[in-house]
Parts: sequence; C-alpha cells; structure tokens
Amino acid sequence: MSSESVSQNHTAHFDAYGIKLGMWLFLFTEVLLFGGLFIVYATYRFLNPEAFHEGSSQLNLVVGAINTVFLLTSSLTVALSITALQKGDSKKAIDLIMITIVFAVAFMFNKYYEWTIKFEHGMFPGMDHYKELPPGEAQFFNLYFLMTGLHAVHVIVGAILLLIVAWFIKKGSVNQQRIVYLENAGLYWHLVDVIWIYLFPLFYLII
Amino acid sequence: MTAIPHQKLYVDFFHEKRGLASWLVTHDHKRIALLYFYAISGFFVVAFCLGLLMRLELIAPGETIMSAQVYNEVFTLHGVIMIFLFIIPAVPAIFGNFVLPMLIGAPDVAFPRLNLVSWYLYVIGGLLALSTLLYGDRPADTGWTFYAPYSVKTGTNVTVAVLAAFILGFSSILTGLNFIVTIHQMRAPGMTWMKMPLFPWALYATSWIQVLATPVVGITLLMIVAERTLGIGLFDPSIGGDPVLYQHLFWIYSHPAVYIMALPAMGIVSETIPVFVKKSIFGYKVIVYSSLAIAFIGYFVWGHHMYTSGMSGPARIIFSILTFLVAIPSAIKVFNWISTLYKGSIDIKPPLLYALAFIFLFTIGGLTGLVVGALATDIHVHDTYFVVGHFHYVMFGGTGFAFIGAIHFWYPKIWGRMYNLKWANIGFTVLFIGFNLVYFPMLVLGMMGMPRRYYDYLPEFTIPNLVSTVGSWVMAIGLIIVIVNLINGRKGPKASTNPWKSVTLDWTHTQSPPSLYNFEETPVVTRGPYDYRDYEEYIKNES
Repeated sequence: MSSESVSQNHTAHFDAYGIKLGMWLFLFTEVLLFGGLFIVYATYRFLNPEAFHEGSSQLNLVVGAINTVFLLTSSLTVALSITALQKGDSKKAIDLIMITIVFAVAFMFNKYYEWTIKFEHGMFPGMDHYKELPPGEAQFFNLYFLMTGLHAVHVIVGAILLLIVAWFIKKGSVNQQRIVYLENAGLYWHLVDVIWIYLFPLFYLII
Repeated sequence: MTAIPHQKLYVDFFHEKRGLASWLVTHDHKRIALLYFYAISGFFVVAFCLGLLMRLELIAPGETIMSAQVYNEVFTLHGVIMIFLFIIPAVPAIFGNFVLPMLIGAPDVAFPRLNLVSWYLYVIGGLLALSTLLYGDRPADTGWTFYAPYSVKTGTNVTVAVLAAFILGFSSILTGLNFIVTIHQMRAPGMTWMKMPLFPWALYATSWIQVLATPVVGITLLMIVAERTLGIGLFDPSIGGDPVLYQHLFWIYSHPAVYIMALPAMGIVSETIPVFVKKSIFGYKVIVYSSLAIAFIGYFVWGHHMYTSGMSGPARIIFSILTFLVAIPSAIKVFNWISTLYKGSIDIKPPLLYALAFIFLFTIGGLTGLVVGALATDIHVHDTYFVVGHFHYVMFGGTGFAFIGAIHFWYPKIWGRMYNLKWANIGFTVLFIGFNLVYFPMLVLGMMGMPRRYYDYLPEFTIPNLVSTVGSWVMAIGLIIVIVNLINGRKGPKASTNPWKSVTLDWTHTQSPPSLYNFEETPVVTRGPYDYRDYEEYIKNES
C-alpha cells in the first residue's frame, strides 16, 4: 500500500536542526518566565534600596558561592559528556552525566540546608518572624524564595531530563547520530546555570 | 460538480483508523485540529450563552434575573472562556493545525506528539476553569484580567481559575513553538519564504508572539497563586507591593495577545479573498511585512490599557504614539484587501461574505480603537461600554467572523461535503444584523457615559440597552442557523476536491478529505501562492 511507504518515510524523517530550534524557542520562553520576576525584582529594589541591602546581608554568602561553583562545574561536565558522545564513547558520556547529577544533588542539599536555617529562624512566608519584617524587606524575601525556589524546580527538572537521556544512551537510542537529545538536555542545563549566574549576584553579592 | 476521479485509490484521514481511542492518541495534525474544533466549539457555545444571560440581565435597569455577585461571576467566566479557551486558540489551533502543513506542502507539523500534548493541556485547562463552578464558595468574580489586589483578597475560586489560565498559556506556547519550527523546516521544495501563502505568514508572526509573550503572563499568574496560597504580598500595597506593577506585567502579555487573536484571522481573510476574486493578492510583500510589524510593535503598546492607572505623563504619551503606530500596518492590510477586490471577478460565496464582514467590522473596531488609544479621548470613555463595544467589534466582528468564515471556506476540504449555500447566506445575514444590533448601541452607551461591568444602570440608558439585548437574540438565531446548516452539511452533496478553484497547495495537491500524510508525493512549488493566470488549466494539470 502506498500509504504505508509514505508512513515509513515519515517516521524515518529526523530533523536534528528542527529539534534544536524547538529547544531554543523553549529556552526563550524560560528566559521570559524568569524575566517577569526580574522586572518585579528591579522595581522593588528601586523602590526599597535600603531594605534590599538589609535583606541581602542576611543571606549566607558562602553557601551561595559553593552552589555557584557546583553549577558552573556541572555545566562543564555536561559539555564534556556531549563531546564524549560525539566521539562515540557512550560509557564516558553516561559517567559524565552522572557526575552532573551528583552536582545537582549537592546543589539541592546545600539549598535544603540554607532554607532549613531560614525556617528555624521563622523566616518563611506565613511564619512569625516573617510577618514582622518591614515591607521592603518582606518583598526581598518574597522574591528570594520565589526566584530561588523556581530555580530549584528547574534544577530538579534538568536533572531528571539528563537522567532520562542517560537511560536512552544506555539503551542506544541516543547515540553519535542522534546526539541532539543530549545536546538539548545540555542546553536546558546550561539555562539553569545561566539563571543562577544572575540570581547569585542579585541576592547575595549586590549589597 | 464532477465526482472525484481517484475516489477509491486513497484512504482519507477519517478512515485511516477507527474508534475513539485512535483519536485520543492520534499524532495526525488534521485529527488534532478536529479535536480542538469540537472542544473549542463546545466552550464557545457555553460562553456565548453566558453572554446572552448578561444581556438579559441588562434588558432593563435594576435586578432582572441575577444579583450583582452572580453577574460579576458570569462576566468573569464569559471573559475567561472567550479569551483563553476560544479566541486565542480558535484559529491557530484549529485551522493552523489543519491547513498549515497542507499550505506549505508538509506531511504534518514538526512535533506531532507535542501537538497532542498541547491539546491535552488545553482540555485540562478548560476543565479546570469550568470546575471553579462546582466547589468552594463561589466562582471567580474578578473579571478576566484578575487585577490585584482584588484578585488576591477575594474569597472566590481565583486560584484555580488562574492556574487554568496558566496551563492554557502553556498549551498556547507549545502550539506556537511547533508552528515556528514547522514553517522553518518543512516547507515544500521551491517554496521560498516569499512564495509562502499569507495564512502561514500570519501564523508565523502569531507564533512568535505566543512564544515570547505568554511566559510573562504565566509567571504573573503564578505570582498571584503564590500570593494567595503563601500569603505573601507581592502586589499588596499594605506591605510595599505595587498593584500597578501587576497591571504592567499582565498587559505585557495581554496586549500582544490581542494580536494572537487578530493576526491569524487576518491571514484567513488574505487567504480567502484572492480565491473568490480570481486575482493575485494586492501587495503580497506588504501584507507579509505588516504582519511582522504588528507582531513587533504590538509588544510596546501595553500601557494604553493603563492611562488611568497613574502612569507618568511622558509614559502615557509614548504609549499613545506607539498605539497610533500599530494601527498603520492593520490599515495597510485593509487597503490591500480592498485593492485586491478591484477589477477582480468577484464571486460572492459564504466564505467571501465573512471576509468582507471582517473588513467592515474590523475597520469599525480599529477606528474605535484609535479613540481609546488616543490619550485625551480615552480619559473620557475609559471603562465605559465604548470599550466593550470596541473590543467586541475587533474580537467577535473581526476574529469571530473570520473564524466562522474559515469553517465555511475549508468545510469541503475537511469533510469532503458541501453545506447548503443559500442557508449559509441567510445565517450570515441574520448573524451580521444581530451583531451590529448588539454592539453598536454599546458604542453609543459608552459615549453617553455608561460604565462597564455593572449589572445595573441609570434609567436614561434603557433604550440602547434594550436594543442591544434584542439584538443578542437575533445574533443567537443567526448563529443557530449557521450551526444547524453546517451540521446538516455533513449529509450534504459530495464536494469536488477543489470546489472554490483555489491554486494553493491545500486545494490543488490533496484530496478532500485529505489522506493521512496529505500528499501522495511531496509537491514542488514553482508558482506564487496567488498566481491566478490560467488557473483552470493549472488546476486540471495538477490534480
């Protein structure tokens, strides 16, 4: 039947460039999603410069810096993993993805530690100490929890994406020829990294 | 019309596989388009009925059929369904999905599975929005704009309604993303950018708006959810929040969203007119560039929704100037369509009637848009019925009519049958008269000073309101005639593959209804999309 031959052609159709273009468009939407929060941050920082200074000085710079190092290094390991798969070494590619995941988990542990200390001080929306914050500082911490929280969700999603790709590499369906799926997961992971590169100075460094 | 010569040699997409399950897991862009069609039409009918109820309440001053609170809930649900569930997805998700691949000579969209995911997100979002009726204290009563701080304070089901809008936004983003990649990567050999038909061009511009604007409202709505669930006060002035900031963020998306609604409808008009005048469209390239210009300038005009919100004077003046600018490309399109009609051999069939109605009604909507876009006059008519009249002329008179026109245009392509042309004309006429009866008095009422969003009004506004309510019944009758005629058309006479004698690929190179992958072999494009020189011969040779 003619329709069957067309259908085989259709499923055989594989457009790596198109798949990557789709990923880039998706990354645009992610940037704009965070963009809305950055606008709110800019507005409230402009309105309450002193309160933001006060809020910023209460954050733990060391924890933030360690997490920055973790994420930057994990971006490197993802890039290395792509190079490994380009050269056809799928075992090394999987190992490097696993190292990336370890960094992601370490990042989340650090975040957990950081937030737990905040909770112990009653510093979470709805808790006692939080309600007594002066208005501008409350906005700082609102944005701190929202933006780093949303970022943490992206870390988790990115790690899951990488795990899935690692599984497909193991099964062989993502390989040297169909590397675009690993590249896309890598792009997403770099986005997570880039957003943190902006969040870290905005909350921890600029005082 | 003669019978299709190759009738038995192909299997159309309806019969490729059978059963409900095969529809629910389909990757075929045509089936997904029809899934959208049924879901969107269902929501449209619901919201249309809510609109009728609102008009009934306003038939006379005082409480007639519902209390103020119920009226607030009804107009909120009417707005949310009409905007997020009908008019944003209607043209791209139904006709974009159905004909875009065929117009550019592709077997499907770039990401067929993602396309199905978009539909499921749409359905989940829609059901969530409707579910707010069923539990909690009351359905949302904020209006479709969810303005803070009221949306943060009200005890009604705002959180779920907002989440529904967020999910629907996601669906819209994925559709836009899919179309951009499809248009970039899957055009048939020979179809250069400037040989692409104008409906795909309109969808291309629309898709960029969907991708670049929707995430902003997504995060804004999430902030409303965070504010309601965590009790933080991002937009609450009592703890240093800024409610006007919410309005900015909301309109940064929601004004470009107006062009998500209007641009594809303009694409349909550009697609329809040449077919029924048998003449190349006037100023093809200018129409292309004006679509892109609308998409681009449309990002920078959101402030004209906020002239009375307390923005600075210079900001208001700049937004007003930019608003005038965005009117120019729309006007250019109108001139191009009219010039296309000039010296054409005009064949008035239902799809052309709807396209002409679009030009007429959209022009009224556009010109009244300048009245509200101009700073000085807007202060006078802000938040009056003039605004309600204006946007219904643009949205219903424009996009709504183009949408119904598109159904009439591609009906024989989708179902391979022809509806009754005479009843289609009658339905159109009643709908058109009813439409103007409903919305023209609103423009007058606005000028007289009647504020919008109240269930009650002063006695001097009675007569125009009565006319408008009676008009809503005429419009309902018109719509019923149209719908019944279209449903009956399913049992109508078989249509030939190309009943309108169009020269675009969807009509010349596919069957009606099309087969699973549309084209028996990939078409090679050598002519421009609206080249009607010797078209009879061309159509005969190609089919």
